[in-house]
Amino acid sequence: MKKTLFAVMIVLLALAVALPVAAQKAAPFKVAFIYIGPPGDLGWTYEHDRARKAVAADLGDKVKLDFIENVPEGPDAERIIRQYAQDGYNMIFATSFGYMDPMFNVAKEFPKVYFEHCSGYKTAPNMATYFGWIEEPRYLSGIIAGKMSKANKIGYVAAFPIPEVVRGINWFTLGVRSVNPKATVNVVWTNTWYDPVKEREAAVALLDSGVDIIAQHQDTTEPQKAAKERGKLSIGYDSDMGKIVGDTVLTSPVWNWSVYYKQTIQAAMAGTWKSHGYWEGMKAGVVQLGTISPKVPKDVAGLVDAASKKILAGTLNVFAGPIKDQSGAVKVPAGTTISVDDRAGMDWFVEGVVGKVK
Amino acid sequence: MRLHFEKRKSLSIGALFLVPAISFLASLLLTGLLLVAFGADPMATYAAMLKGAFGSGRAFTETLVKAVPLMLTGLGVGLAFKLRFWNIGAEGQLVVAGVAASWVALFWNSWMPPFLLLPAALLVGCMAGALWAGIPALLKTSLKVDETLVTLMLNYVAILFAESLYYGPWRDPKGFGFPGSAPFPDSVLLPHIAGRAHIGLYFAIALALILWFLINRTRWGFELKIIGSSHKAARYQGISVERKILAAILLSGALCGLAGATEVTGISHRLQQGLSVGYGYTAIIVAWMSQLNPLAVVPVSILMAGLLVGGDQVQMKMGLPAAMSLVMQGMILFPMLAGSLFTEFRIRRAGKAAKDAQTMAPGGAA
Repeated sequence: MKKTLFAVMIVLLALAVALPVAAQKAAPFKVAFIYIGPPGDLGWTYEHDRARKAVAADLGDKVKLDFIENVPEGPDAERIIRQYAQDGYNMIFATSFGYMDPMFNVAKEFPKVYFEHCSGYKTAPNMATYFGWIEEPRYLSGIIAGKMSKANKIGYVAAFPIPEVVRGINWFTLGVRSVNPKATVNVVWTNTWYDPVKEREAAVALLDSGVDIIAQHQDTTEPQKAAKERGKLSIGYDSDMGKIVGDTVLTSPVWNWSVYYKQTIQAAMAGTWKSHGYWEGMKAGVVQLGTISPKVPKDVAGLVDAASKKILAGTLNVFAGPIKDQSGAVKVPAGTTISVDDRAGMDWFVEGVVGKVK
Repeated sequence: MRLHFEKRKSLSIGALFLVPAISFLASLLLTGLLLVAFGADPMATYAAMLKGAFGSGRAFTETLVKAVPLMLTGLGVGLAFKLRFWNIGAEGQLVVAGVAASWVALFWNSWMPPFLLLPAALLVGCMAGALWAGIPALLKTSLKVDETLVTLMLNYVAILFAESLYYGPWRDPKGFGFPGSAPFPDSVLLPHIAGRAHIGLYFAIALALILWFLINRTRWGFELKIIGSSHKAARYQGISVERKILAAILLSGALCGLAGATEVTGISHRLQQGLSVGYGYTAIIVAWMSQLNPLAVVPVSILMAGLLVGGDQVQMKMGLPAAMSLVMQGMILFPMLAGSLFTEFRIRRAGKAAKDAQTMAPGGAA
């Protein structure tokens, strides 16, 4: 068998070398998206893929937008990113935090390829980073949760204790406490972005501990389904989860990536792309609050609507002090705003959160 | 009609070449049907896979990146299997060694001269792998505890232990809370040959040659073979079976351990997720496909790695879902393994086999 394998190998090698290079037509601008989960997660990856399709529909055959799903954060990601760069893709989007270092390594080798990493902090002349102030719709969703919780205890299924997730928890809690100072937000870490079983288990554990609303920072709708099965309410994330799970999902802070993807891809095609750190909020449209469930009373919905209008008008800044930490110490004094750098590296919880960052 | 499997005493040239060739064609055909069912062009898919794994220098180095841990664990597993010691704990031995090498890399550089750091990390990694394999070996030889279960269970222990470290005390304080240790110092990084392919490749090839020599050309190897075919026969020969098994399994664990140590020092450069991606399990397939021959482990590992790396193309070029590449890998391997049954055994009707056995028909050549 061994000898045959040798022979097969040699034939395979010869074939591979002899493979004709596909003739190139008027080449479209080739873009690749790297996903941590499948687009069918109905959450995080679903939203990136929805945006990919929207941009493809918008720009037509001038662009070719491909994707690869289920790429683990680690050494394998570096191979995939390198493969796309080598295959002549003009632009690569890596849509998970753990792809940052692999992408940073590959970006050095391919100075002519545009690299874009979502939710990180490292940039290079040909590598940009992008994200959105999801904290704004998080805050709004917190208003609804704060008003609707009867137990004054809200559960939060959270992926990793990294600044992105910590911020989400904090501004959700600030929203909750703006209308219900007695309420607490109880955090459980799953240490995974995408794991339907773990996400569900964490939600069930929280429900067992007496919370009556489940919020989340995960990639799937499982925490929402777990809450629904127990006859409890929830706040979704990533996509408009109410449309998928039903009206027990009171609302969801959602991403609208096509706003960003279209502009940055067009900039790259026009040759005007420069390395950057894109970070915009509701005003730019990259984040927004999803549909509000009919279960939410009119007066509460009105409250959220008013706050939403103020954010859009610039009269409500959710990042303004006073903001206290878990010990009650004022970290952001009244009259000041927490800086972008402090938000980017945030590693402490605000007052009202039950849980530990480390 | 009852079928009887009879081990071939010698291999006919026809069986040696024809069976794997037919198996491989059968694999391609089966997988092709599946691809057609999903609306993909089979030939284009195979071409894309081939090109993705071997079609350029860079692609080939990525295949080698995956081939190195497969070779080392394949050698380790194969050695244990020679003794009929079912070490399916290569994954755990790899992970524990990765942890041990990381420990050296992260914490020994304060007192150890830099040039010693890399050898120390590799050595300590091998020792950790050996110790991890030594637990089931000791249980087996002293208490006759079944090694299959113990080696398998220790995989989970090892993986959870590694996780508890990089989620906990070893988490990089500058990593913004993301799981994973701090990056290793430069002095402990394994030199690269080309692309990400590192000198672990030389270790693996050298060890394959050494192991082949030990097994086929030394008294030690001869004794292992006797133990593998019958413990009783080995005892009659005056071989101390338990001690030999223990020593061989320590070596098996050390080989798997080297895979883990070279993974962290050569590829990930820190302890993080993605160390355990199933090399230790794929090693079992590698070992069987190589017929437990250390020399065959090298090309078979490259072929397996090519299948893993080329599998990316199923998604990237053909736009098929990720699960499809896993299904294809299974469908390609299954007939290959099934085929090896026909090279090793011949199948006869039970009655005829019994009659032949009575007349002590010499030889088994077809």
